[in-house]
Amino acid sequence: MKRLFPAPWLSLALWLLWLVLNLSVSPGNLLLGALLGFLAPLMMAPLRPLPIRIRRPGVILRLLLLVGRDVIVSNLQVAWGVLTCGSRPPRSCFIKIPLDLRDPNGLAALSMITTVVPGTIWSELALDRSILLLHVFDLDDEAQFIEHFKTTYERPLMEIFE
Amino acid sequence: MSPLLANAILFSLFLFSLAMVLTLIRLFKGPSAQDRVLALDYLYILAMLMMLVLGIRYASDTYFEAALLIALFGFVGSFALAKFLLRGEVIE
Amino acid sequence: MMPIWMEIVVGVLLVLSSLFALIGALGLLRMKDFFQRMHPPALASTLGAWCVALASIIYFSVLKSGPVLHGWLIPILLSITVPVTTVLLARTALFRKRMAGDDVPAEVSSRR
Repeated sequence: MKRLFPAPWLSLALWLLWLVLNLSVSPGNLLLGALLGFLAPLMMAPLRPLPIRIRRPGVILRLLLLVGRDVIVSNLQVAWGVLTCGSRPPRSCFIKIPLDLRDPNGLAALSMITTVVPGTIWSELALDRSILLLHVFDLDDEAQFIEHFKTTYERPLMEIFE
Repeated sequence: MSPLLANAILFSLFLFSLAMVLTLIRLFKGPSAQDRVLALDYLYILAMLMMLVLGIRYASDTYFEAALLIALFGFVGSFALAKFLLRGEVIE
Repeated sequence: MMPIWMEIVVGVLLVLSSLFALIGALGLLRMKDFFQRMHPPALASTLGAWCVALASIIYFSVLKSGPVLHGWLIPILLSITVPVTTVLLARTALFRKRMAGDDVPAEVSSRR
């Protein structure tokens, strides 16, 4: 079972993607999507360096909701910062954040989150994965920002991946 | 479709094309190469969103596939350009 | 036929997303520094794309009187592809600015 389906969640996601893309649940499409979900992970298995073990679906759901809320809030902040940049230029700067997360898959998820949330850009990661260089659009208080970053994003990711 | 929604769609298409013009100014002004790549990437995203709005305007599914294709080509194009700027060659 | 309040919701979502796209372009044009200019385009690829996708889902679901969910694929696709280009572009800009001797932070990984 493990050899036939190296990534069951990926198979399921590909199957659903095929059905949504075709907008039909006819038997032929069900079969083709199942074939895609079966074959693609088998062919991709040698490309993936590390197997992903995901724990705690509840934490994932809460993290997704938190990221969604942060995306909306920081969208409005960045939009306001752009509109008022003539009278009050944004205080952009680079900050260094010490990281505790070491898992490569978790770091990939963290980089996706920081880039999707407007106002922060993942710029550089140290080779030993201990320090992250982040560019922030409008920084109020550095210590507070790092605290928020670590409690909101990094700790749930550590719970999920490690 | 009522005139209300038709006018809202026309207005949002107008705003999208205004955004495209502003992005084009940045694309021509530069000043550095990475600015131009960034503007080109944004142009792709705007074109993709415009395709989705056009799909609602003409009530057709075909525009959705066009939007997906634009997003994929934009991704590959900007990735290759950024990689080229990083090392001076696309494939190492 | 669509109920009128549904058309109002779709229209408001579309205008909202184009407003975000316009603000993003404005920021791209007005910001002084390259790294500042990287932030405003994220407006269109997050909230702008979400609004358009939501509007398209609502519109087609009402039009065909059944759930038509393929609009969701656009935000999912964008949230996978945009970080890749953005991170690579940020690294490129850092590399080129360091080569040119501009005022950017030095490499964070200490050389052994």
